[in-house]
Amino acid sequence: MVVRIYIVCLFFMLYQTQALAAEWSGDVSMQWRSFLRTPLAQNPQQSQNNFSLAIQPEFYHEWDNGDQSLTFEIFSRIGDVDAQRNHNDIRELSWLKVYDGWELKAGISKVYWGVTESQHLVDVINQTDFVENLDGEDKLGQPMIQASVESDWGVWDFFVLPGFRERSFSGIKGRPRFSPLVDVDQVRYESSKKDQNIDLAMRWFYMLGDWEIGLSQFNGTSREPVFSPGFKNGQAVLVPTYLQMRQSGLDIQSTSEDWLWKLELISRNWRAKNFVALTAGFEYSFIGIQESDADLGVVLEYLYDSRGQQATSFFQNDVMTGLRLVLNDEQSTEALLGVIVDVDSGESFISLEASRRLGDAWRLELELRGFRGVNKTGLLNSLKRDDYLQLDLAYYF
Amino acid sequence: MKKIIFNIFLAVSLLGGSLNVVAETAEEKGLAIAVEIDKRDTGFKDSTVKLKMVLKNKQGRSSVRELRTKTLEVTGDGDKSLSIFDKPRDVKGTAFLTYTHTIRPDDQWLYLPALKRVKRISSKNKSGPFMGSEFSYEDISSQEVDKYTYKYIRDEDCNGVGCFVIERYPTYKNSGYTRQVAWINKQEYRPEKIVFYDRKNALLKTLEYKDYKQYLNQYWRADIMQMINHQTGKSTDLSFQDYQFNTGLSEKNFSRNSLKRAR
Repeated sequence: MVVRIYIVCLFFMLYQTQALAAEWSGDVSMQWRSFLRTPLAQNPQQSQNNFSLAIQPEFYHEWDNGDQSLTFEIFSRIGDVDAQRNHNDIRELSWLKVYDGWELKAGISKVYWGVTESQHLVDVINQTDFVENLDGEDKLGQPMIQASVESDWGVWDFFVLPGFRERSFSGIKGRPRFSPLVDVDQVRYESSKKDQNIDLAMRWFYMLGDWEIGLSQFNGTSREPVFSPGFKNGQAVLVPTYLQMRQSGLDIQSTSEDWLWKLELISRNWRAKNFVALTAGFEYSFIGIQESDADLGVVLEYLYDSRGQQATSFFQNDVMTGLRLVLNDEQSTEALLGVIVDVDSGESFISLEASRRLGDAWRLELELRGFRGVNKTGLLNSLKRDDYLQLDLAYYF
Repeated sequence: MKKIIFNIFLAVSLLGGSLNVVAETAEEKGLAIAVEIDKRDTGFKDSTVKLKMVLKNKQGRSSVRELRTKTLEVTGDGDKSLSIFDKPRDVKGTAFLTYTHTIRPDDQWLYLPALKRVKRISSKNKSGPFMGSEFSYEDISSQEVDKYTYKYIRDEDCNGVGCFVIERYPTYKNSGYTRQVAWINKQEYRPEKIVFYDRKNALLKTLEYKDYKQYLNQYWRADIMQMINHQTGKSTDLSFQDYQFNTGLSEKNFSRNSLKRAR
């Protein structure tokens, strides 16, 4: 009987794929990562070169005149030397219904808040997929019920977030990684409900001419862990603890012809203490440089955290300078070079991302990340030999 | 204002016939033609269409772009449009929302599906190529009367019909053109051909409109628009499919929030 229902469902899906607005798409990518230096002496298991494959297929089906839809997207990486990086994740499995003036979404999904480039302070709904990338832009799917109401007084988003996702960390062979190793098996929670705490969030978004303003509130388990020293089999490890937090966020962007002015500000309360952090800056665009079709953007952002050296982020008094080159050519070639410099210590983080389409369905991406002048103490110290160059070749279907 | 000028023009033409038309300056006649084009294209409320672009380089190698565009007519300001990209497949799902304005800069947003991020972007880049094609953003954006000043040049036959030849000069900042010469079909007040001159006033591109069809007994749309770049030898054929008008789209289909669910 169950088998029969399953077959009926399968036939229904195949039939839908052909007859209605249902579709499969996605990409398969090969990734080659080469670390430019030998690993730290205490991490002999780490390797110099790494090759892996990733696949990210998506199924989308809509009905009810497009007012209802189902999206299913999974992500898998295989072949990496680091077992922790070979992971599967449901990025999206959600049902969306659009009503008159509001919409409802239920399932696993992803939400992006914020405006700045160097870090993403106000963006706290989804957990970071840290083994995928250090930049915090890869996210794990988050179970949620979301209601979004559009009114003359802005857009109101309400979230109920059941089920917490732990941040992913590199395993013993993984690079880049913190040293000592983060032991996810010993994970701790402040909440007695551990990862079953139901988090609540809301956001108000308002647009006034060239100004866009977002105000957000999040009450629940922090996506960012704090670390405490621990032991596993006699070896020192870092134990992640997820605290309860109340965070208020503000993000503003002002857009004029040449200038984008940006601000992200958070006030977070955890462990009965309060701190604030902000990112503020601008992006200025030079259009059609040297009589060509290419645009050059200059990005400048200041990163601040009131906790100073006690900050859990690396950016307590830092300046990010960036250059964004967009060729506007047939292959959509673009590159973003960014350098974040710590004003106090002089430590710097360098990042280059560039990509170009090959033919009609392929895309080549280059990524370079490096650390310079890293001081002897601090968490960054363990990453100081993990500069890497990465090439991704993706086929889109 | 547009209406007043048009009414004056109409009254003048009805009363005086050719005598009064002669009394017009070339600028007035050019503007009157532009106002008539705009008037005949008013009232469609909204439209949806599928676009296919074939980009060809000098060597004849080609690549394809596919997108779908929804347009909402806005009275008293520029139209709103939402474009969703289907091909090339690495940009599939990327969506582009524009509120065009007559004088002040357009408002533009980009939706990046991989990050689920809506980005407000600078609309300064009028002259930049649209998806690597020979069409620039200013070529494909909503054509409003106030975006140019005009000058009537002469009458001339084009494609076997009588045409007005007018010149138009962009009034907005950051245009890639000093002027455009347009051949306007006298009968239907629709463009048959436009020749573009770059910032140095050198011949840059020619756009030809082909296979016009009439919708709702009023609105003329070309099935094919062919753009040739004389300076690079590249060309782009833009073809339109499944035009639908007055489909009941409203402001909510063009809100910033709607970008996130655009498919």
